[in-house]
Amino acid sequence: MAFESYVLVCGGTACVSGGGDSVVETFKKELEAAGLAEKVQVVVTGCLGFCEQGPLVKILPQGTFYVQVKAEDVKEIVAEHLIKGRVVSRLCYDPDQAKKLVADANIPFYQKQYRVVLRNCGVIDPEKIEDYIARDGYKALEKVLFEMTPEQVVEEMLKSGLRGRGGAGFPTGMKWKFAQQQPKGQKYMVCNADEGDPGAYMDRSTLEGDPHSILEAMTIAGFAIGASKGYIYIRAEYPLAIQRLEIAIKQARDLGLLGEKILGSDFDFDIELRFGAGAFVCGEETALLQSIEGNRGMPKPRPPFPAVKGLWGRPTVINNVETLANIPVIINKGAEWFSKIGTETSKGTKVFALTGKVNNSGLIEVPMGTTLREIIFDIGGGIRGGHEFKAAQTGGPSGGIIPPQFLDTPIDYENLAKIGSIMGSGGLIVMDETDCVVDIAKFYLDFTVDESCGKCSPCRIGGRKLLNYLNKITDGRGVEDDIKQLEAISDAMCKASLCGLGQTAANPVKSTLRYFMDEYMAHIKDKKCPAGKCTKLISYVIEAEKCKGCTLCARKCPVNAITGTVKNPHVIDQSKCIKCGQCIASCKFGAISVK
Amino acid sequence: MAKLTLEDLRKMREEKQKAMDMRDSANKNIQVIVGMGTCGIAAGAKDAFSALIDAINEKGLTNVLIRQTGCMGLCHSEPTVEVIMPEMPAIIYGNVDAATAKEIVEKHIVGHQLIDNKICDRPSIDIITNG
Amino acid sequence: MSNNLETMTPELRAFVEEWKAKPGNLIMVLHRVQQTYGYIPREIAIETSEILGVPLAKVYGVITFYNFFRLQKAGKYNIQVCLGTACYLRGGDDIIKEFERQLGVGVNATTSDGLFSIEAVRCIGCCGLAPAVVINGEVHGKVVTGDVTRILNIYRERG
Repeated sequence: MAFESYVLVCGGTACVSGGGDSVVETFKKELEAAGLAEKVQVVVTGCLGFCEQGPLVKILPQGTFYVQVKAEDVKEIVAEHLIKGRVVSRLCYDPDQAKKLVADANIPFYQKQYRVVLRNCGVIDPEKIEDYIARDGYKALEKVLFEMTPEQVVEEMLKSGLRGRGGAGFPTGMKWKFAQQQPKGQKYMVCNADEGDPGAYMDRSTLEGDPHSILEAMTIAGFAIGASKGYIYIRAEYPLAIQRLEIAIKQARDLGLLGEKILGSDFDFDIELRFGAGAFVCGEETALLQSIEGNRGMPKPRPPFPAVKGLWGRPTVINNVETLANIPVIINKGAEWFSKIGTETSKGTKVFALTGKVNNSGLIEVPMGTTLREIIFDIGGGIRGGHEFKAAQTGGPSGGIIPPQFLDTPIDYENLAKIGSIMGSGGLIVMDETDCVVDIAKFYLDFTVDESCGKCSPCRIGGRKLLNYLNKITDGRGVEDDIKQLEAISDAMCKASLCGLGQTAANPVKSTLRYFMDEYMAHIKDKKCPAGKCTKLISYVIEAEKCKGCTLCARKCPVNAITGTVKNPHVIDQSKCIKCGQCIASCKFGAISVK
Repeated sequence: MAKLTLEDLRKMREEKQKAMDMRDSANKNIQVIVGMGTCGIAAGAKDAFSALIDAINEKGLTNVLIRQTGCMGLCHSEPTVEVIMPEMPAIIYGNVDAATAKEIVEKHIVGHQLIDNKICDRPSIDIITNG
Repeated sequence: MSNNLETMTPELRAFVEEWKAKPGNLIMVLHRVQQTYGYIPREIAIETSEILGVPLAKVYGVITFYNFFRLQKAGKYNIQVCLGTACYLRGGDDIIKEFERQLGVGVNATTSDGLFSIEAVRCIGCCGLAPAVVINGEVHGKVVTGDVTRILNIYRERG
């Protein structure tokens, strides 16, 4: 026997504390009273996001989504919706939308996400080419090969407004056009799958979940620019993605979707994999090409651009995984359809790896122009453990830190640049008040210094100098003049470095200086770390009134810095303490604090 | 395998689409789909996968198709499992360990009941089937 | 560590010969070498340079440029602690310090019994499980410093 309807009540922390429990109880009572207990099942779910709108209730199979539901509202939902089948529009998130969509059972009422790139991820079996084909797979390739000229394909890309998703946001159609205009002869199509930004895994998930979309897009690009050979440059650290790509390439070759005379046309195209070996600088186009050629991945000055003189001196287009995943959809649904999504200058969607101090970390895709607040609070379910939102970081080591005043700024390429960050590849890291921005700047500089290829001195020396100053500040040896030095070096690196890595390496420093100067000053003048993170500037203290003398912390302390007798307050010997934090983690009475 | 012509490809798509619409491949009208990206596997998707197979065999169910897919994007709730079957709404369960996998078979598939505290929201509409 | 010189396995030799004619082969060949031996032994690097006709200086130039290639054999269990941003924010650096303290060796070093080596890696893409530790392909998620002893014991028992 199946139930006719299901009442889903969100069991996330925010909804429960907002009265979700009594909503569940009231539903059960009211359904019993109405004689529907056998027909409607009440279920508690995991966090559904939208925590600011809780408690949330969703009714299946219709998918009606009610927000801010109180126990008093339950009777009405039962009487109207479950008995009479009428939506209670005053409780819908957006009452207008409620009317429009009520007829379609499959469409949930209100959703922030919109999946173009991730359309097949989590839907198809990535190891079965038939699954991909059934979902309009290789349909765009058919259209391109038999109904379009290479010029028309490029024109469609230009019209769509698609811009590179790897970071800089260069229009994809322009890149293709430059390469197409080069004289005929050997040209190359390269997919950049060297996702090096720490905290980003969008491309890996796309390759693992939908490898054929990349193969199809590369073949289309090859047709447009006149290339017969493609390379996917992928991180060796992604074994599952490599395995699934290898399977996909074999399947496509077997069916004649790669190789000679594809689908009986005159077009030949084949793809090979090349493995990266853990060098962040290889995300830079010219360095990536060096690496495919089997050399150290050192960037070259541009021009000449790869579209003119790239792999082995031949015209080459390099597109990132996410950029490519959009292409079959643009061909199938048309540039016009695509350009309706997003903002004036930034079309389409963006995939983010939402991580850090957020409740629902995950891989999300939203239309360009969505605000940080919608991403972090509606989709991400807010900040973990009831902490405060302090900042978000986009663009990884090349990006900046975004403070709370920009939570409502629509995210697109231009707006992010204006507030001192970049779109980047899509890492979106959320920080709370326990994260120190100086320490974060140091973390990223440590990364870029390690990854600098050493070819040009602004990056090689400038990065090291920045890191030294940051270390000095977090160690409590900073002086006010250090700020000026940080600013001067940052500017010089920006202007004088050879490639994107050096030109953007100072961004984390610049943006933290811009928005969190007071925190730098606290480190320099007061010798304090307000977030309690920089170990040289903090001390762990046991509050005598709260300490029960259980001895647990003393036993956990790896350097025996804690002394005391049973049932008497303990004391930490500051000269021995290494600030590992094990005592705080072990204390059951909250008696140890960071000063 | 023979190389496809344009007509072959179109025929293949149409046939496979029909099969998917009917959600019926080889008389299996119940689909259980496990998210098997790196993150899902790291969180224990393989354990969930084998627990599902064990429970289905134990119940003697022959109409259930278990298959893998990529990342559903719900990293905070990995491993994730989606169940699609007649007379029930399609549901994504999160944090599926071996015990929950057993519950999915016993309660959801056999008992036609949803399971408390494990349901995740579907991230978005499907642009392929819903325009 | 053993002082025996490694010799090129027939499979590896076949692979190198197969790739010899392809342009840009060096990095792909070095990947296969590391897959075979777990690191890049000097004698194999020399042989590779001879077969491919690439100067040994270039071979080492490439090996030392890329983080992925190792010149020393890893421990039987290679502990990779993720230091991607999400893991760092959630305490990845504390985890690495605790492994170093308990094993008495630093990052990129192997314990004297050859059982463990420690490595700091950039984002393994399991940010939902941060902080994460990977040991020979097995992922341990949401690790706190108090878990380190337990994790090490799992592998000590396996021996």
